[in-house]
This record gives sequence, C-alpha cells and structure tokens, in this order.
Amino acid sequence: MKIKTLMLGWEFPPYISGGLGTACYGLTKAMSHLGMEVTFLLPRMGPVRLGGKPEVIPESGLPHVRLHAVSSSLVAYGRYGNPRSAQHAVAKAAQPEEPPEGPSPYGPNICEEIHRYATRVMKIAESEEFDVIHAHDWMTFPAGIALAAHSGKPLVVQVHSTEFDRSGEHVNQSVYDIERQGMHAATRIIAVSNYTRNIVVNRYSVPPEKVEVVYNGIDFSDSADAAPVQATSSKNDKVVLFLGRITMQKGPEYFLYAAKRVLEKEKNVKFVMAGDGDRLYGTIDLAAWLGIGHKVFFTRFLRGQDVARAYRMADLYVMPSVSEPFGIAPLEALQYNVPVLISKSSGIAETLQNALKVDFWDIDEMANKIVAVLRHPPLQETLRTNGRKEALRFRWEDSAAKVNEVYRRVLNVA
Amino acid sequence: MASVCFYFQVHQPYRLRHYTIFDSDTNYFDEHKNAQVCRKVAGKCYLPTNQLMLDLIRRHEGRFKVAYSITGAVLDQFKEYAPEVLASFQELAETGCVEFLGETYYHSLSFLFSPREFAAQIDAHRKAVQELFGQTPRIFRNTELVYNNALAETIEQIGGFDAVLAEGADHILGWRSPNFVYRPPNTQHLKLLLKNYRLSDDIAFRFSNRGWREWPLRAEKFSQWVNAVNGNGYTVNLFVDYETFGEHQWEDTGIFEFLRQLPTEILQNPDNDFKTPSEVADAYEAADVVDVPHLVSWADTERDLSAWLGNPMQNNAIHELYNLEHMVKASGDPDLLDSWRKLQTSDHFYYMCTKWFADGDVHKYFNPYDSPYDSYINFMNVLDNLRSRCATGAPSRQDSLLVATPA
Repeated sequence: MKIKTLMLGWEFPPYISGGLGTACYGLTKAMSHLGMEVTFLLPRMGPVRLGGKPEVIPESGLPHVRLHAVSSSLVAYGRYGNPRSAQHAVAKAAQPEEPPEGPSPYGPNICEEIHRYATRVMKIAESEEFDVIHAHDWMTFPAGIALAAHSGKPLVVQVHSTEFDRSGEHVNQSVYDIERQGMHAATRIIAVSNYTRNIVVNRYSVPPEKVEVVYNGIDFSDSADAAPVQATSSKNDKVVLFLGRITMQKGPEYFLYAAKRVLEKEKNVKFVMAGDGDRLYGTIDLAAWLGIGHKVFFTRFLRGQDVARAYRMADLYVMPSVSEPFGIAPLEALQYNVPVLISKSSGIAETLQNALKVDFWDIDEMANKIVAVLRHPPLQETLRTNGRKEALRFRWEDSAAKVNEVYRRVLNVA
Repeated sequence: MASVCFYFQVHQPYRLRHYTIFDSDTNYFDEHKNAQVCRKVAGKCYLPTNQLMLDLIRRHEGRFKVAYSITGAVLDQFKEYAPEVLASFQELAETGCVEFLGETYYHSLSFLFSPREFAAQIDAHRKAVQELFGQTPRIFRNTELVYNNALAETIEQIGGFDAVLAEGADHILGWRSPNFVYRPPNTQHLKLLLKNYRLSDDIAFRFSNRGWREWPLRAEKFSQWVNAVNGNGYTVNLFVDYETFGEHQWEDTGIFEFLRQLPTEILQNPDNDFKTPSEVADAYEAADVVDVPHLVSWADTERDLSAWLGNPMQNNAIHELYNLEHMVKASGDPDLLDSWRKLQTSDHFYYMCTKWFADGDVHKYFNPYDSPYDSYINFMNVLDNLRSRCATGAPSRQDSLLVATPA
C-alpha cells in the first residue's frame, strides 16, 4: 500500500531561514525521491483569503508532492526561536520583508494565530485524502491533534526542538503545554536525536517506546558546487565562523569569551558571526566590552551564495550551542570542507565522530581547541577529510526511509 | 616435539594529564590516573596472575616456563605505585623458569626515527632488567612487534641478542608455518621467532567471544591444537599481552582456570614441553630465511603501522617529537630528557588513531581520550611547552649545535 502523508511543515525554497525549514524540505524532497505521496501544507504570510481558502502554489518542484499554502503569519522560529522575544524591538526591525497589512506578528497573539492556522488546516484537509498526519514542531501540533481527532487518522509528530532547547529552564508554560499535548496525542513521536528523545521522555513524561530517533541529513545537490575548493591561503588572517541564529540557545556569548582567550595566544585571527537574532545587539555590545570588537565581524543573516562564501572563507566552524536538538549546520560546514568544533549539548555530537567537541560553558577548552586547529594543519586536514566523509553519510533518503518505516508501524502495514 | 613458548608483554604508558595552551607548568603526566590504572591492573591481573604462574612453576617442578617483556615505563610505575608487583616478578625471576626479554625502555617507536635513541633505550632497559631481575636479556622484541629486515640487522649490530620476535603474519610467511625457527636475511647469528597468531589470538581476543564456534575454550581443547603441531613444527609461539589475564579477559570468563589447567594438559603428551624464547633459539636450527622488507606489527587486522602512523596528526606529532631530540639532549636537563622520552611511548600515537570503524572497539577500550583529535591536541600542547623549555634551557644556540652533532 502506498501511504499518503499530510505534512504540516515549514518553509520551502527559496525562503529557508534555518534548521527547521531545511529539515522539513530535505525530508520531503527525499520522500519524493522514494516515491512517497506527500501533501505539504505550508504556512505563508499574505492577505487572508475569504474563508481561508487555500492559495494553491502551482508546483512544489517535486514529484509526488503537492504544496498547499496556509495563510498564516507563523514562521519557523516563532521569532528567533523564542516567542516572547516578539515584543523585542530589535527582532521586529530584523524582519523587513513582513508585509504591513499581514496578520499581526505574534507575541501575545501567538496562541490565537496557532488556532487560526489549525482552523485553516482543517478546512483544507476536508478535500484531501491522506493516511497519516505528520506535524513538525509545536506550532503545528494543535492543528495535528484536531485533524487526527476529526479524521481518525494517526498523528505522527516530529520534534525538531523543544521549549527547553529554546528557553533553557525558563520555559513558556503555554508552549510547553502545547508540546506536551501534541506528544501525548500522537501515535508516534520522531525525535531528531537521542539527545532530543531524552528530553521528550524525561521532561514531557512520554513512554520511551513511543519515541523513535530519525537523524536529519544533508542535501547532496548543494554539495556538488561545494566540492573541495580550499579556502584561499593568500589571506593573512585565519577565520573562525559562527553561523546560526544569535539567540540564547545558540550560545553566541560563549563564542566571544572563547574568542577573547584565543586572541591571547593567536593574533592573526578573525571571528565572523553570521546570523540575526534577539541577542544580536547584546552580542555586538559584548564583543566591544571584551575589547575584541575589531576582531569580530557581524554579517547579519546570510542567504544563498553568501552562506557558501562564509563557509568557504572559514578555517573552523564553531557551534557553541547551549542546547541543539540536532545541528545540521556542522554537517553543512563539513560539506564545504570546513572542520567543526561542536557543543556536546547537541544531537549531532552523539553521532559525529570526526569533530572536536566541547562543553559550551568550557571557554578555556573551546579556546584551546580553536587554537589547536589554527596552529596545526595536520589536525585541520584530518578533521576535514574524515569529517567530510562522515558528513556525506547523513543522507535524507535514509531519514525518509526511516520515516516510512514509522508510518508503516503506525498504520500496521507490513 | 612441540614446545610451547609463552611470552607475555607487560606495559603501561605514562598517560598525559589534560594540558591546554593556557598551561605552562611542567607536570605533563597524570599521576593520579597512572597510579589508579597501575593499582587497578595490579589487582585484577598482575598480582593474581603472577601468583598463579608461581604456583604452576612450583607444581610442575621446572617443566613450566614463561617469558616476560616488561617495559621500563611500567617498571618505574611499579616502583612508585605498586612495589608489590615488582616484588612478585622478582620472585618469579628467582625460580629460574622465567626469562626476561629486552626492548626499548619507553615502549617507543624510536627504531623508525632515531637509531641513537633506539640503542640508548635498549641499553637502559637491559640495565634495568639486570638490576631488577639479575638476568641479561638475550631476546629482543621491538615495540608492538614492529619488525623488518633492517630491524634485525640493527639488533645484530647492537649486539647481545640471539633472536628477535616478530608477528607470524601470513603475508611474510606465505605457505610457511610460524612453528619453526627462522633467520632474517643479511644477519650472521640472529634467529627469528614468529608469533603463532591464530593460537595466540584464540587466548588474547577470542577466548570470551560467545559467537566464536570454539567457545568455550578449555585447556584440553587448546592442548589438542598444540598436539596437532607435532610433526609439523617445533614450537608454538604464544605471544600475548599479559593484561589478557584478568583485565582484557575478566576473571569470570574462566581465563585463570584455563591457564591453571593448561600446563597439565600440555605436558600430558610426552612429546610436548615448555621452552622460553632463548631455549627455543638454542634448541632449533633455522629452517629458512624470512625476508621482511616492509614493516609489520602485531596490531589490528592490517598488521602494519597504521595504528600509530596512519594519519597526518600521528605523523606530525611523532616527527615534531623526534625533531626535538638534539635540543633536548643538548640542554643537559635530565627532567626534560625524561619527559621527552616518556612522550615517545607508542600509546600516545595509538590514541590519535582515526581508524575507528574497523578496529574501533579495541582502540576505544585503551583510550583515555574521548577522541583521537583530543589526544593530538593535548600531546601537541605538551610538546609546545617542552620545546619552549629546550629553547630557554639550552646554554646557547652555538653550544647546542656542537653537542648535537653526531660523531
């Protein structure tokens, strides 16, 4: 039997803002390659149609995948991963493409927006045929729960991040409640790592046997042009790269404290921080306060070729995350032949062998390892060669095949 | 006639402490951890196994014999952390049924990088064995059984040895059996004893493997395999890490029971006996010349050097280390020389091995680091500090050059 999936997902090219969008698209694309049938509901900002009628985007660009837009102001990161930061002026200013007439950005209204989204999803689903509902992260969970209850179809929720990753111990109770409801209502939960699986089991009281781990992958189509082009050796300064949202979760301040220590030992180093987020200005302030402002460069949010350029100029990629459910970016860096130093508090650290690993709070050790990579070409070379080989083994097709197995178990088909 | 020739390797490295670029003191080694490991292995392996060996030697009244190669690095640690282990080896030495082999004091790969250092370490080790056990080693075994024709030639030049041990790897023996005594090419008197890796590894690696069709291995069955050698060879060379007993194979696998029964079972056949390596070398003529132009070792499935010198980090680290030889020796600072020599222990390079996917389990088991990258970083930080001490410690650049120039 061919399983038809109704996917409550996030982001399709060309607008992908980070890991969640990358993951949803990567997975769906691979499912398409495997011939799995997917109807993908995509939240899109735009004028609200009467009765929430779907605006059908003509093509997803992928065989077996039909794309429906759901008019909604929900965006993948709920404002840089932290809904409460919506009121933050910096965050608002950093979203210039927001149409002024669109639905009000969230913050206090986020719960209403999520329920509006759910209502619209229900409408669209009325005319859809599907066997299983697959919802990605908490903002889609209420829609998934309602749809499952109404249609009687099983709900699979995929957890790409939890409130504990995004907010540390200061969780937003209503977000937590929604996550928990979704996990408990689901027939099966997919976690993107054992790291996340443990959070789901321990913090949300989910029976462990209900949670399966499916790792993310990387997209090979991008890697063709990223093949072994080496960073130009003519440059005087080595470059250490941070690339990700500049939020509490990503640990930007640890990167800077480590940078300060590195500069005590190595003069010819630049630190590049690529990304936006609610900690952007605070991070810029911190760099100045540490007296290393002249060595730290902020590029803001990068897309497309600029991302590739940032990776290509880097001698080392650092992911100092406080809590990272998976971590696709280090795999991307390796794809671009950049060795990686990653936080032990991440999903990727549990499986990637050819990477340097640190506790995000261990500034001296982070600096120690950064200096080692900058000083010892054989270390850089071994990390790069073995790491790239290993990164290329994270294939979305394998993830999609595993998701298919999960569906089959849920639907009891052999 | 089939002679069972047991040689056990005894070694512990001086493990490094966590040493970052921000450290500047000269305490490179993790005294706490080294003491802890030494005492742990003493309790699980060295003490009970030595006791058992002593019992067996006494019970069989001189018919059971074994040989040990004990590195200087572990002898020093016994003195400091577990003197009772040293005493028990001395007690074994007094039985007259135990032979002690020669090797490099620091379990180093110096043969590959510095002939002078290689000879100096063999000499230091010989003196230690003489002093502690009242014997002069007659058999040489190189670190990890690293061997080629050139090693045999070097050992003959150094002198004092009757035979060298090596891995009986298929690719050097071809159709020939490891159960004969051989001769290296281009040497006059030196003999070559080759490890019977199948029977050795049955004890060292497969003993507790429940997936192995011969499991559980009893002394009786093993003796039958030895008996089968009669008529096809003279000697069964069982070269095994001593830590196999009680540490790699835990007591509950029955390894001690196996060892306890083995001499009785072997000696039941009147055609069998036990010989030490020098007795084997004395008793049997060389059957053939074995040509080994390329390096072999006893490690992993490849039996080559890739566990220590298989990636750019390992090669870089060891070359940088030996690049300091002249400076370290010219400095005249005994502390510096001691640290530099402890850094030569092959284990440091083994920790940097990235061949995880084939031989991963064994490597992980012996590795105090989370990853080979961490071990390289740590080693290079220590080396950096050591280098800076050479630079400041040396009397002057000109002097050091004079001293360092080989005669």
